[in-house]
Amino acid sequence: MNNKAITCKDLTKRFRDFFAVNHISFEVEQGEIFGFLGANGAGKTTAMRMLCGLSYPTSGEATVAGFNVFKQQEEIKKNIGYMSQKFSLYESLTVRENIRFYGGVYGLSDKQLKEKGDELIEKLGMQQEAKMMVGSLPLGWKQKLAFSVAIIHQPRIVFLDEPTGGVDPVTRRQFWDLIYDAAERGITVFVTTHYMDEAEYCNRISIMVDGRIDALDTPANLRQQFGATSMNEVFYALARSAKRSAD
Amino acid sequence: MKQFMVFVRKEFYHVFRDRRTLLILFGLPIMQILLFGYALTTEIKNAEIIIVDHAGDAASQQLTTMIAASKYFDINRSTASDEDIYKAFKQGKVKCAVVFPTGFGNDLLNGQVAQLQVVADASDPNTARTLTNYITAIVADYQQQVNPTANIPMRIEPVTRMLYNPELNGSMNFVPGVMALVLMIICTTLTSVSIVREKEMGTMEILLVSPFKPVYVVLAKAVPYLALAMVDFIIILILSVLALEMPVRGNLALLFFESTLFIISCLSLGLLISSVTRSQQTAMMVSMMGMMLPTILFTGFIFPLENMPLPLQLISNLLPSRWFYVIVKAVMLKGLGIGVVWKETLILAGMTLVLLTISIKSFKTRLS
Repeated sequence: MNNKAITCKDLTKRFRDFFAVNHISFEVEQGEIFGFLGANGAGKTTAMRMLCGLSYPTSGEATVAGFNVFKQQEEIKKNIGYMSQKFSLYESLTVRENIRFYGGVYGLSDKQLKEKGDELIEKLGMQQEAKMMVGSLPLGWKQKLAFSVAIIHQPRIVFLDEPTGGVDPVTRRQFWDLIYDAAERGITVFVTTHYMDEAEYCNRISIMVDGRIDALDTPANLRQQFGATSMNEVFYALARSAKRSAD
Repeated sequence: MKQFMVFVRKEFYHVFRDRRTLLILFGLPIMQILLFGYALTTEIKNAEIIIVDHAGDAASQQLTTMIAASKYFDINRSTASDEDIYKAFKQGKVKCAVVFPTGFGNDLLNGQVAQLQVVADASDPNTARTLTNYITAIVADYQQQVNPTANIPMRIEPVTRMLYNPELNGSMNFVPGVMALVLMIICTTLTSVSIVREKEMGTMEILLVSPFKPVYVVLAKAVPYLALAMVDFIIILILSVLALEMPVRGNLALLFFESTLFIISCLSLGLLISSVTRSQQTAMMVSMMGMMLPTILFTGFIFPLENMPLPLQLISNLLPSRWFYVIVKAVMLKGLGIGVVWKETLILAGMTLVLLTISIKSFKTRLS
C-alpha cells in the first residue's frame, strides 16, 4: 500500500505500430496539483483515459488511488472525479437537477445531496440560477459548475482534461481558485492544459512529446533547467523536437 | 437501485423537455396510423363508370340502378356511345364501363345466355381487376333477384364468406403492419439518438468514468423508452379501434405481452445503431430510413411475402416485425390465443433475446 495518488511505470498504449503513449513513468503525490502538458497529439488524453479506466494500457503498470488499472477499475472509478474537455453537464437539466443526477450516480444519499448541493450552489454564488437550465448559463459558469459537480463525491483524485478551453483569462483565474481550494481539501488534481500561464499554477508539471514524457519537475526548476524565463519558452524548446504533427 | 432511478428520472426530463423527441414520440404514431390507415387501402370507392345501354329495356335499367346504388360506383354517364368509352378512358377519369347489347332483356327472359360487356382500363391492373369483380358480383346479385328458383340443374353456386373482415376493409390488413412500423421507427430512433447524443455531448464519458456500470446505463436508457413505447402502443390501439374501426377480438393481455417483446427487440436494435454511429443525425437517418424500408418491404403488410422469390422470403424471416405482424393479425382480427401463435411468439422472443445480448455486448464500455 502506498499513499501516492498515482503511480505509472512504463505505461504504454499502442495502436498497431503507433505508440500513442510510449513507456511513461511518473508519480503524483496526494494533494498535489499535477499539470500534464503536451502539444495536440502528444498522447496526453490517451494517457489520462488509461488512468481513468476508459481504456486498457497495452503494457506497463499503473495504480490510481492505490488501485491497479488492470484489475481494480471499479475501485478506481469510486475514487476519482472526471471532467472532460467537452462540457459535460446536461444542458436540458437545471443546475440542481444536474447536481442531483451526478451526485446520485455516485451513490450520495438524499440528505447528502441536499447538503452538498446547497453548499456548492452557495459557494459558486448560483442561488439565483439554481432552477435555470444549465444550457442557458455562460460558458465560464458552466465549467465552474462542472468542476464542482466532478468533485461532489469527495474523490481522492480529480482528472481535468483541458477544463478551461475557450474561457476568458478572468474566469480561468476563478476556475483555478476552485482547483486550489480542492487541493487544500486534499484532493489530488491531475490537469491537462495548453495554456502556459496555467502551467505556472501547478505544483509540478510533466511535458509530453511524441508519446514520451520529456520533462517533469516544478515550473521553477524547469525554467532554470532550460534557461528560460517562462514556461512558454520551455514548452517550445521541447515541442520543437516533436516529429508528430498535431492530429 | 437508487442510482438506477436517478438515471431513469433524468431520462424522463430529457424526453419531456425536448420538443423534437416529443414530436417523434407522440406526433409520429398518430400521423402515421391515420395516414397509412386512410391512404393505404386496396379498396376502391366511388369509381366513375360509364354505362352504354344499347338495349334500353327493363332488365338493363334495373341493373344500371343497382350499379348506381352500390357504394363502389358513381355513374358518370348512362347513355353513352361506344366511342365515349375510349374518350373517357383517355382522359383518365373513368376506369370502367358496362355495355348492354341490344336485346339484353329479351335474351334473359327467354332463358338464353344474356351477355354484357365489362370494359376496364387495365393500365392499372389491380384497379381493373377489382372493379370488374365488383361488377360481376352485382350482376350475380341481380340474377339471383330476378330468377331465384329457376336454376339450371347441376349449377354450382359458390357462396363466398369473407371471414374476419366481411366488408373487405382494407385498413384491417394495414393497421397491424403500421403498428409494427411505427413502434419500430420510434423505438430505434429514440434509443439510438438519446445514446448518441450523450456521446456527442461528452456526458457518456462521465458516465463511463463513474462507478455506474455500463450495463445499467443501457438498461436505464431502455426502461423509460419501453414505458413510453407502451404508451404509444396504447394510443395506436385506441386510434385504430375508434378511427379505423379495427376490432380487438383476442386477449388484450396477450397483445400487450407480444408488443412488449417486440418493443424490446426494437430498443435493442436502436442500441446497436447507437454503437455504430457517431452523430445524432446519422443515428436518426439510419433508424428512420434504414428501418422503414425493410419493414415496409418485408413485413408483408403491403407486399405479400408469399409472392416473393425464395431468397427475399428468407430475408424477411430475419425481421422481428414480420413475426409481430403475423401475431397481431391473429390476435386482433381472428381472436386467436397463444395456443396458435406460440411458434411465432417463440421466434420473436428468441430474436429479442439475441438482439438484446448483442446490443449490450456491443455497447462500448470503453470509448477508445
